[in-house]
Amino acid sequence: MTEVLWHGRGGQGAFTAARLLGEAYALKDSNSFALAFPSFGPERRGAPIRAFTKLDNKPIGNRSETKKADFSIFLDDTLFSEEAFNELKQGGVIILNSKRPMEDKRVFVIDADSIAEEILKRPITNTVLLGAFSAVYDGISIDDVIFAIKQGMPERLHKRNIEAALAAAKTAEEAFR
Amino acid sequence: MARKFLSGNEAFAEGIRLARPQVISAYPITPQTIVVERLSEMVEDNSLKAEFIHVESEHSALSCAMGASAVGARAFTATSSQGLLYMAECLTYASGGRFPIVMMNANRSTALPWNIYGDQRDSISLLDSGWIQAYAENAQESLDLALMSYYIAEHPTVLTPFMVNLDGFVLTHTYEVADVPTALQADEFLPPFKTENKLDLKNPKNLGFSAGPETNTAFKYKEHLGLLNSKPIIKEAEEKFEKIFGRKYTGLTENYKTEDAEYIIITLGSISGLVKETVDWLRENGRKVGMLRLRYLRPFPSEEIASAAGKAKAIAVLEKDISFGNEGTVYTNVNSALYKHGLTIPSSNYIGGLGGRNISEEKIERIFDELEDRETKVTFLEIGGDR
Repeated sequence: MTEVLWHGRGGQGAFTAARLLGEAYALKDSNSFALAFPSFGPERRGAPIRAFTKLDNKPIGNRSETKKADFSIFLDDTLFSEEAFNELKQGGVIILNSKRPMEDKRVFVIDADSIAEEILKRPITNTVLLGAFSAVYDGISIDDVIFAIKQGMPERLHKRNIEAALAAAKTAEEAFR
Repeated sequence: MARKFLSGNEAFAEGIRLARPQVISAYPITPQTIVVERLSEMVEDNSLKAEFIHVESEHSALSCAMGASAVGARAFTATSSQGLLYMAECLTYASGGRFPIVMMNANRSTALPWNIYGDQRDSISLLDSGWIQAYAENAQESLDLALMSYYIAEHPTVLTPFMVNLDGFVLTHTYEVADVPTALQADEFLPPFKTENKLDLKNPKNLGFSAGPETNTAFKYKEHLGLLNSKPIIKEAEEKFEKIFGRKYTGLTENYKTEDAEYIIITLGSISGLVKETVDWLRENGRKVGMLRLRYLRPFPSEEIASAAGKAKAIAVLEKDISFGNEGTVYTNVNSALYKHGLTIPSSNYIGGLGGRNISEEKIERIFDELEDRETKVTFLEIGGDR
């Protein structure tokens, strides 16, 4: 099982990213399964939130929050600290939205804000990071992400979010590989 | 059929859309809200032709559904926790009046202290209200129960309202894959609601009447029979369901590797998925363990429990409920079933998940470990705080 931990602030779309990833993975074929859920409870714009995606080739029975993830994705670098490495499995990877580079082999930094501002015209980075993730994780392709955006987002958001995801996938491909 | 990625609430709403209720009356409450929101959107965009009635309380929501059922309409409502308790008065009206309403209950803790998270104390406290009670494990079963519930509830030998329970948040708000049948398939499975038990100008009759001491027992006995009669109809519904949709269900219980199991956890709802995974993992290490999932609490699967657990060395009942001053109510029911069948197996009770507390894989493994001591005890998992 692959476990992905999403960190964001209320309003940044971290849970939408978690859900779209599950959708991208689970709907690609009938042998793929996923669970996606937020940290449950009252929601507030700006407050830190976590969201979870679990991916496997069989139905997933464990609905508990992930304690240690294969991938930990930060939509907001003010939420990132050394603590993040304690929530990572051995060999796990962090994807961090930030303008500042980091010298750590476990961390992939991408300036998702700039891509979002250029294409979406607003600082919402969820589909940007999902696009970047598709370049890092072999389990889904950028086509699966595009399919999930079409399935799981309102139609008026499709064009720009697909464009943003594609741009991020390209950037990530060049930077991380 | 279309493979979709849905939350438990959304999957249930899809099932209700396919069941074509004519009247939906509901009052929103966390964590049920999304099922009501989705249904109101479906009514708005005409993908479901129903009257959506916004009511001012849960008491009115069920009263309204009864009114609809009393003129022969298929009715739906949904609630949770305090909402369910607030409509408790109407629950016995609906069952005693033999109105086959379907209700989704998002299982949630009851106040005080105030808590919006999942446990099963709300519905279990109303086991005696005369409703059929089913507990779903995942989104697919939620959707499928939405369809099957009407088939069972409306059967002329049953005529009993049906409560489908989904664990709050861990099931209602978790997204997963579910196959959504076509309307054509759903119509083949579920015929339109026809009943004699309605107000009809051509055939006038009295509904909602009094019955004194001389006749009351007969009415209550018939209500009891209605619930017992649902057992073969549940089987019939599942056989027809499998023929049309290709998904198999196993009646009042699901036996998971119980056949040669020496130690069995009996549980219900969405925690079953994790118990199954733990069983698999322990079996890989040579442990003879199994799980028995109670899909229904009413009618109660006494025979099924006795036959699945009868050969075990010890059993545990894991439930998200406590009857204060006694023990978990599911445990009481299970012990009664075993005793009636002449079985004296050591049984212990684990109260967990109260107010949404997580039940981890390690805890389940520990229950299996403790079962080997063959004790009879009631244990609260992870109490925390000051004791």
